[in-house]
Amino acid sequence: MIQTIGSSSIAVALALTLYGVVAAVVGVRRRRPELLRSAEAVAYTNFGLLSLATLAMVYALVTHDFSVSYVAQVGSRSTPLFITIISLWSALEGSILFWGWVLAAYTAAAVYLNRERHGSLVPYALTILLGVGAFFYLLLVGPANPFGTRWPVPADGPGPNPLLQNHILMAVHPPLLYLGYVGMTVPFAFAIGALLSGRLDDTWIRTTRRWTVAAWTFLTLAIVAGMWWSYEVLGWGGYWAWDPVENASFMPWLTATAFLHSVMVQERRGMLKVWNLSLIIATFLLTILGTFLTRSGIVSSVHAFTAGSIGYYFLAFIAAILVFSLVVLAGRSQELRSAGNLDGVASRETVFLLNNLLLSAFTFTVLLGTLYPLVAEALRGVKVSVGAPFYNRMTLPLCVALLFLMGVGPALPWRSASRETLRRQLLPPLAAAVLVAVASVAFGVRQVYAVLAFAFGAFALVANLREYGTGVRARMRAHAEGPLTALRHLVAANPRRYGGYVAHIGVIAMAIGIAASSTFRMERDATLRSGETVEVPGGRFALRFDELWALDEPQRFVVGAYMTVLREGREIGRLDPRLNFYRGNDQPIATPAVRTRPDLDIYVNLMAFERDGSSATFRILTEPLVFWIWLGGGIIGLGAAIALWPGRRRRAALMTDPAIPAGKGGER
Amino acid sequence: MKAVILAVGVALSLASVTPDPAQSPGVVDTALEAATARVASQLRCPVCQGLSIQDSPTELAREMKDVVRDQLAAGRTPEEVKAYFVSKYGEWILLEPQPHGFNLAVYLLPIAALLGGGGVVAVAVRRWTRQGGSATDESAEEI
Amino acid sequence: MNWKRSLVAVLVVIPIVALFGYGLTRNPREIPSPLPGRPAPDFALMPMDAPSSGEEGVSAPSLPVRLSDHRGEVVVLNFWASWCIPCRDEHPALVAAAERYQPKGVIFYGVLYNDSPDAARRWLAEMGGQPYPTLLDPGSRTAIDYGLYGVPETFFIDREGKVVYKHIGPVTEAILTTRIEEILVGSPRGDA
Repeated sequence: MIQTIGSSSIAVALALTLYGVVAAVVGVRRRRPELLRSAEAVAYTNFGLLSLATLAMVYALVTHDFSVSYVAQVGSRSTPLFITIISLWSALEGSILFWGWVLAAYTAAAVYLNRERHGSLVPYALTILLGVGAFFYLLLVGPANPFGTRWPVPADGPGPNPLLQNHILMAVHPPLLYLGYVGMTVPFAFAIGALLSGRLDDTWIRTTRRWTVAAWTFLTLAIVAGMWWSYEVLGWGGYWAWDPVENASFMPWLTATAFLHSVMVQERRGMLKVWNLSLIIATFLLTILGTFLTRSGIVSSVHAFTAGSIGYYFLAFIAAILVFSLVVLAGRSQELRSAGNLDGVASRETVFLLNNLLLSAFTFTVLLGTLYPLVAEALRGVKVSVGAPFYNRMTLPLCVALLFLMGVGPALPWRSASRETLRRQLLPPLAAAVLVAVASVAFGVRQVYAVLAFAFGAFALVANLREYGTGVRARMRAHAEGPLTALRHLVAANPRRYGGYVAHIGVIAMAIGIAASSTFRMERDATLRSGETVEVPGGRFALRFDELWALDEPQRFVVGAYMTVLREGREIGRLDPRLNFYRGNDQPIATPAVRTRPDLDIYVNLMAFERDGSSATFRILTEPLVFWIWLGGGIIGLGAAIALWPGRRRRAALMTDPAIPAGKGGER
Repeated sequence: MKAVILAVGVALSLASVTPDPAQSPGVVDTALEAATARVASQLRCPVCQGLSIQDSPTELAREMKDVVRDQLAAGRTPEEVKAYFVSKYGEWILLEPQPHGFNLAVYLLPIAALLGGGGVVAVAVRRWTRQGGSATDESAEEI
Repeated sequence: MNWKRSLVAVLVVIPIVALFGYGLTRNPREIPSPLPGRPAPDFALMPMDAPSSGEEGVSAPSLPVRLSDHRGEVVVLNFWASWCIPCRDEHPALVAAAERYQPKGVIFYGVLYNDSPDAARRWLAEMGGQPYPTLLDPGSRTAIDYGLYGVPETFFIDREGKVVYKHIGPVTEAILTTRIEEILVGSPRGDA
């Protein structure tokens, strides 16, 4: 029954979508508004149909209907309810269903918010959105069908992957990631829509600006949540391994970040149109590439879902989008040429160009590293690995340079800066940088990249904070407001800028957290007998192994160690690392215990134990400032939320008024 | 502007510096430990997904790390230790492709892309500032 | 329609698609081993127990067991563990192959990998025993020497001490038969 509801909903959605694609194109070319209306109706109907299918699947999961193939794959009677619900996205078919649903939701929302606007742009964008939807619905009725029938009906199932059951963040990371990934489809659709319709001005950007920022925000939070999950669950004390699928989520983030900046240059100077279109197309392509990498089996990864024929479908889709986008872009490139001009080399525009250069080089490096094992196998016949040492070596210079630019950009005005301005704006942050560098070295930091990260972090922090400072002071003088009121009004008048500065501060916090935790990480392995104490590396704390315990749960057998954290002999906390033996898996999954404080994390992993509980082997890590990575992620989210706040509509005024003078405080 | 160029230049010139891997105090010979950690960070754990044997908590990784430590203590150079593992597991065991022959592409292409892109940006900026003018370009547009 | 540029677009896409298409035909988890064709690394390992009954014509080995002592003989080396689920599947095949080929002079050894002897003995008792000895490999030095990255893995070594073939994953009777016959035929002893 569920199977029928599910598969027929999707089949109907697919049929309607194919109709909708044709209807939208014909409707806009032949000026038949009723066809356009019907295509819009398809978007709304699809959302209903996909919601129905998704609800049906959730229902089947919760009621343990093992006759449904996907439930037989990931369901289990012994899995807790919450995990059962989130196992919707724990395996291939369910994740595609989820993707299809989010895409249908975004499509419907995009149509609704832009109905009866922008002439021919929206119908073309709708075509693209529906076309992408058609692909995913096709997958769902074909190779990735979650609604197959399993006969004979099994009595129970294996449950979702144990790694996914261990932590709350597994409920959060995939949905955020999909909201981000799928969200990038909307600006892509409007970009192609602009190319197809000939509305090559800023309309497509202005229409989708909020979408892009929102999708970027979801992607950022998803990546940080993934890092946090990895840290708390995988047991090696790290949060980023340059795994191919981590890279796959990072690359579209890099190009989207570049886009968010260079779009401002287009808005102010009318330049970089082709570049911006290319960035959005690249971002969308990279999201599909990411999905392809996870699901095709061509790279070995933590994330890899099962392979199968679905890889060929994705490959065909990627090829089609690539060719189509390039052809459409090439077709319009003549018309998109604009006489670019800048007022001065020392200007925010130039910094944004450099920002884009570095982010593009970064993306290219990560892409090359991710694909190189495949290339080497194809051309040399040898399997090679490209791992953390490569990426660190090649990208750390870029990271550090970008950190520096994050301070220069806000400090420099648009158009051009005089020597006087440069000195006034850059000297205080530079002074801070030098101070921090000297202090770091004085405190014993010898690793070059750590010193640079701290110094440039200080540089950027001071530069961004000063923007707030000068803005608030100017308002206080001009409007006789108190500082807090001035701050509120300042941000409300230009939320995009000041939200952006907050996001910068979040990135700085993350950079400092990453630099500190990876440079000053200390580790030791210790085998302890019950009651024995070991000193935690760094000397401030000690850990006492109290006793081993075991717990039999329906889906797993858990062995844990009670440990007490001591500081100068006094008990200050407890830690509880465990090993989880899931039924049907031969290797246990560790749950490390982490004591998180703003200054230092103590991280303990239970690695082995004696059956009689007399002794156990632990890996103990100390990592400073890890907390700032997660906090930084949250601050970025806050900054993006501020940037999304509706401000006064100044953009239109700025673009049509050529008489705005350069360099005045309030205008920047 | 100069500061920007300087910073980028400094950053790029440090491209050969790799950050130090984890230290492990509390064990007897810290120099040996540090050397072991450095080599172990470059060897891939065969039973994990992309982790080094330095980071991986699995038993095989720890045993391989012991092999590294013993060989270093016996006087072998890091290169010899890595060569031993390559002879057993293939090139795949190294976390960074050896910079010989075709593998050089993965190191040189990104640098070429950065320098090439930098050249394009420099030329573009120069051309665009020479044209000057402060009008925004809605009017100068061809649509 | 700018045909020239469109053509360029298509040409750019083709190598990318070809690369991914190639990737779809490969298995990233299959890592080829450098060992086949090279001399098998020697080892000196202690057996877990005294050899169990059921062997015919095999004299008690001197301890520790060395691979070099078996120069001139065909050796099958199987790495396993009691916590390894596929090892259960292959156990009957190995037992059958041992019973068939040990009389012909082929030497079989199991090597225990990251496991406790007690657990191993319990497993063997449960599985009905094993007509060849299991060797202990503390610290997995031998396993690493053989480039092991999981169990089960089985190595086929010829009379010159060369690794002829490394099988990853559980072996079947068919594989064992084929590979052993290959070596026996290729280098027959006088009384084969």
